Amino acid sequence: MPFQSTVGDYQTVATLETFGFLPPMTQDEIYDQIAYIIAQGWSPVIEHVHPSGSMQTYWSYWKLPFFGEKDLNLVVSELEACHRAYPDHHVRIVGYDAYTQSQGTCFVVFQGR
Amino acid sequence: MAKKYDAGVKEYRDTYFTPDYVPLDTDLLACFKCTGQEGVPKEEVAAAVAAESSTGTWSTVWSELLVDLEFYKGRCYRIEDVPGDKDAFYAFIAYPLDLFEEGSITNVLTSLVGNVFGFKALRHLRLEDIRFPMAFIKTCGGPPSGIVVERDRLNKYGRPLLGCTIKPKLGLSGKNYGRVVYECLRGGLDLTKDDENINSQPFQRWRERFEFVAEAVKLAQQETGEVKGHYLNCTATTPEEMYERAEFAKELDMPIIMHDYITGGFTANTGLANWCRKNGMLLHIHRAMHAVIDRHPQHGIHFRVLAKCLRLSGGDQLHTGTVVGKLEGDRQTTLGYIDNLRESFVPEDRSRGNFFDQDWGSMPGVFAVASGGIHVWHMPALLAIFGDDSCLQFGGGTHGHPWGSAAGAAANRVALEACVKARNAGREIEKESRDILLEAAKHSPELAIALETWKEIKFEFDTVDKLDVQ
Repeated sequence: MPFQSTVGDYQTVATLETFGFLPPMTQDEIYDQIAYIIAQGWSPVIEHVHPSGSMQTYWSYWKLPFFGEKDLNLVVSELEACHRAYPDHHVRIVGYDAYTQSQGTCFVVFQGR
Repeated sequence: MAKKYDAGVKEYRDTYFTPDYVPLDTDLLACFKCTGQEGVPKEEVAAAVAAESSTGTWSTVWSELLVDLEFYKGRCYRIEDVPGDKDAFYAFIAYPLDLFEEGSITNVLTSLVGNVFGFKALRHLRLEDIRFPMAFIKTCGGPPSGIVVERDRLNKYGRPLLGCTIKPKLGLSGKNYGRVVYECLRGGLDLTKDDENINSQPFQRWRERFEFVAEAVKLAQQETGEVKGHYLNCTATTPEEMYERAEFAKELDMPIIMHDYITGGFTANTGLANWCRKNGMLLHIHRAMHAVIDRHPQHGIHFRVLAKCLRLSGGDQLHTGTVVGKLEGDRQTTLGYIDNLRESFVPEDRSRGNFFDQDWGSMPGVFAVASGGIHVWHMPALLAIFGDDSCLQFGGGTHGHPWGSAAGAAANRVALEACVKARNAGREIEKESRDILLEAAKHSPELAIALETWKEIKFEFDTVDKLDVQ
C-alpha cells in the first residue's frame, strides 16, 4: 500500500505583523480599514521603509502625521503618492491615538520588493 | 474629654456601626457579603466585621485608651440586601488610610481578609470589592510596563496578542520544550507561555529551559521578521531563586518573564514587579489557586478584588478566564473586572459587579489574558468580549491541530486577523462568526482543518458564581 499522509507541511512565512496572515486586501477593503481609523478619532500616519529595515522601530514618515484628517480620499491619495515615490519600500498606515500615545492600529498597505 | 476605662465585653455595633458616617476620599472602602449565624442582628455582624478587620478585639482593653481609636477604627457605614439571597447582606466598611502600610497589598489583605474570615458569629463572609483611594494607589508601583509600553516593545498594534501554553505541561526535556516553542512562534503566534506547573523539575531544570527557549524565540523572530516572546516562569522556591532566574532571562535578552502571584504571594510578586520595572522586563501573571478563593458565591474573595490587587502589586498581563472556554466566569462579571485592569476610571456598575467608582489615576493598564479550553471557533466571541487589549491563548487549540503546532498557530492567527478586519469593517462578528471564519479558511488550509477538527466542541455548563441579581 502506498504511503499516504494527510499531514501538510507548514512552511514558515516572513510577515509584517497585523494582517500579515491575510491575503492582500482589495482597494475597498483598505478603504474600510482607513474609514475605521478615522471613525475612531485616530490620526492617520503613513510610514515607509526599505524591506531590509522592516524590523526597525522607526520607519520614515511620509510627510508628517495627518493630524485630525477626516478625508478618506486624501489619505488614500497620500498612501498612493508615498508608494509611487518609494515603489520598492513597504508602506504602512498607522492609526495614531494621541490620548493613549499608542497606535490604535497599524498595518502594511503596500509591500516592497 | 478623655474616656474612662470600662472593662468587659461591649456590643460591636456601639463602636463600629456608624450609618451616619460619610466616607472620606482617602478611606479605603470595602464591600463584604455577610451571612451571619442565626439570630445575630445584621448591624452586629457588620460591625463585628468592621471591628475584627481593623482595630477591634472581642473585649475592651485598657490600652485602647492610649490612642484615639475614633481616628483608626474601621466603620460599617451602610448595609444593603443581597438580591436573590435572603440570608446574606452587603456590609460597606470604610477604613482610614493610616491603617495600611504604603504600597503593601500584603498588608491590606492581612487586615481585610485576615482573622475576620474565621469569626464564629459568621457563617460565611465574602469580600466582594475594594475601592482603593487614590492616596493609596499613588504609593503602589503597579504594572512594570503596562499595555502601552508592552505594545511598543512587542510591536503589536490594532489587535489582541496571540499566544499559547506549551503542552504537555509537564515532562518535556528542555530541548523538546524549545522545539514546541519554536513551532508555535514560527507558525504566527506572538508569545508562548510556560505552564504554571513548570518551575524547575527533575525532567527539565530551569536553566535548560531558558536556554533552549531563548534560541527558539530568536530563531523564530529572525525567520518571521516579527517580534516574539516566551513567558519564562520565574516562580520559585525562594525569592533569591526567583531573582536568579529573572536575571538569567535578562541575560538571554528575553522580553518577558512570568510569576504565579497567588501561590507565590503578594510580597514576592511586588518584589518581582519592581525588579521588572528596573530591568525593562515585561511580567506575565498567572493566577493558580484563585478558584479556591473566589469561586464560592458566599465565601472568600471575589476575583475582581484579586485583579485590582494585582494591578497595584504589579503585572503586565493577568489571566481573567475566557467566558466561553472550559473555565468558570460569566460575561458581565468578567467585563467588570477587566475594566478594572485596563481603564483609568471605572464607574460603579452593579450589572458588572462593580460596587464602587474606582479611579486608577495614572496607573498603567494590564492586558487581560483569556486562556483555557478555547479554540478557533471561539475567536469572534473572544474578540468581541475582550477587545484589542487582551492576550488570547490557545493551548490545545494550537498543539491539537492535525498538522502540528505551527499549522495550529497559523490557523489561529488567520482567524484572529480575519475577525479584526471584519470588525473594523463594521461587521457584527459574533452574529456573522461562521461566515467570517469560513471565508478566511478559503485562503488558509490550516484554518480550514482547524475548523473541521474543533467543530463540535463546546463547554456549556452553568456558572457556579453568578452576579447577585433577581
